[in-house]
Amino acid sequence: MALYSEKVMDHFRNPRNVGVLEDANGVGEVGNAKCGDIMKMYLKIEDDIVKDVKFETFGCGSAIASSSMATELIKGKPVEEARQLTNKAVAEALDGLPDYKMHCSVLAQEAIEAALKDYESRQEQ
Amino acid sequence: MIYADNAATTKMSDAAIETMTRVIRENYGNPSSLYAFGQEAKEVLEQAREDIAKIIGADAREIIFTSGGSEADNQALISAAKIGAMKGKKHIISSAFEHHAVLHTLKKLEKEGFEVTLLDVHENGIIKPEEVAAAIREDTILVTIMYANNEIGTIEDIKGIGAVCREKGVIFHTDAVQAIGHLPINVQEQNIDMLSASAHKFHGPKGVGFLYVKKGIKVSNLIEGGAQEKGKRAGTENVPGIAAMATALAESVNNIEKNTARLTAVRDRIIKGLKEIPHSAINGDETSRLPSNINFCFEGIEGESLLLLLDDKGIAASSGSACTSGSLDPSHVLLAIGRVHDVAHGSLRLSIGEDITDDEADYIVKSVKEVVEYLRGFSPVWRDLVAGKTKFIL
Repeated sequence: MALYSEKVMDHFRNPRNVGVLEDANGVGEVGNAKCGDIMKMYLKIEDDIVKDVKFETFGCGSAIASSSMATELIKGKPVEEARQLTNKAVAEALDGLPDYKMHCSVLAQEAIEAALKDYESRQEQ
Repeated sequence: MIYADNAATTKMSDAAIETMTRVIRENYGNPSSLYAFGQEAKEVLEQAREDIAKIIGADAREIIFTSGGSEADNQALISAAKIGAMKGKKHIISSAFEHHAVLHTLKKLEKEGFEVTLLDVHENGIIKPEEVAAAIREDTILVTIMYANNEIGTIEDIKGIGAVCREKGVIFHTDAVQAIGHLPINVQEQNIDMLSASAHKFHGPKGVGFLYVKKGIKVSNLIEGGAQEKGKRAGTENVPGIAAMATALAESVNNIEKNTARLTAVRDRIIKGLKEIPHSAINGDETSRLPSNINFCFEGIEGESLLLLLDDKGIAASSGSACTSGSLDPSHVLLAIGRVHDVAHGSLRLSIGEDITDDEADYIVKSVKEVVEYLRGFSPVWRDLVAGKTKFIL
């Protein structure tokens, strides 16, 4: 029995939207190296649409796969939809995660929330 | 596949498989039965006991067969603790980087009123006999220090530590699970009172091991039942497994010299290659080290993703990252030698086998280099380090 689903392995081996977005207008970083997981999300938002998204992750296979899947789920979507993305949706889209890896999907949700918050605070200024 | 996880388990040798299958077919009798067929199985059992005892310089009566290293560790510690409790001696000395079979048993004993001193293993993972001597008190009953560490492969001065214990009248136990069959062991010359071993770490079968206990030390049994193992370990003996263990041990010990020379050369070739990776560090002493063990930390990456990508390249290895243990903390061994959490998560253990080729060693180095570079390429931790936002630790 494999540790992860085929989908997790696919997103781990071929992460989508990986890298840095130079012209991002919302950036969020969550987690810490002490615990072994850090996720950084870069959002480019225009007209209330997530035009582009990229991520960088320090972490295990499911952390990388969760970030990758989360970027796919919000890319091109209205900001409001991105805001409503749950960790459960990320895990389900990956055909599930082992119980003790669910926190990886939580981290993906939180990274997007942090990036949106950063975007909003930039808008206010 | 290049199997580089021999510290986790080893491939059974052909000779051990032959012994095991032969005994399964031909000697399935119960050694406790009095008819000839049962007694033949008893003979197989006792021959294995004699062979194993002889190899380690012990007497056959000093060997108790167990289900493996963990059971042997449990039994050794609990036996010593019971002796201590009788004498009013409730202090035990061990080290911070023992196997969990030892550490968790010590935790249990602490709850029963024992006081445990865990010695510092320093940055190199080596404990000095004089440090053990300094920690011994009037009420110390047991010193338990592993022979070779299962993660970083460091080899302790067992003879020296044993001498200190003998001089002070303290029982000395060593978890030799990683050492036996790979390093020369003689319990008399090395002043060892109790020793744990596990067959599957030296090309024997899983689920079988033994505990050596020097004559005169009272052993407490963990499993109640029949009178097997002189009443010290109930349950019908795993005769095929025990016979195969004896075969595997004899074979491994006969090849120690040859294997050590070969493995040390390949190990050092891999270490030299991996050292070329910037911001990496070897874990544990470089010379007082098992010939099969290579353990590194790579800054800015996490171990589980490293293992999965190496698996894709056909390399089976291990890591001390939290994600591979199912807990939030990385390996207690790496923390014990002073690695901080941030870099301990990025560790890799390669434990090579005797049949490794130079080409395979070079392929391992090349693959690790590629994977570390790839993972660093999208690691926010690495980005911050390179940008100077955070300071490199390694």
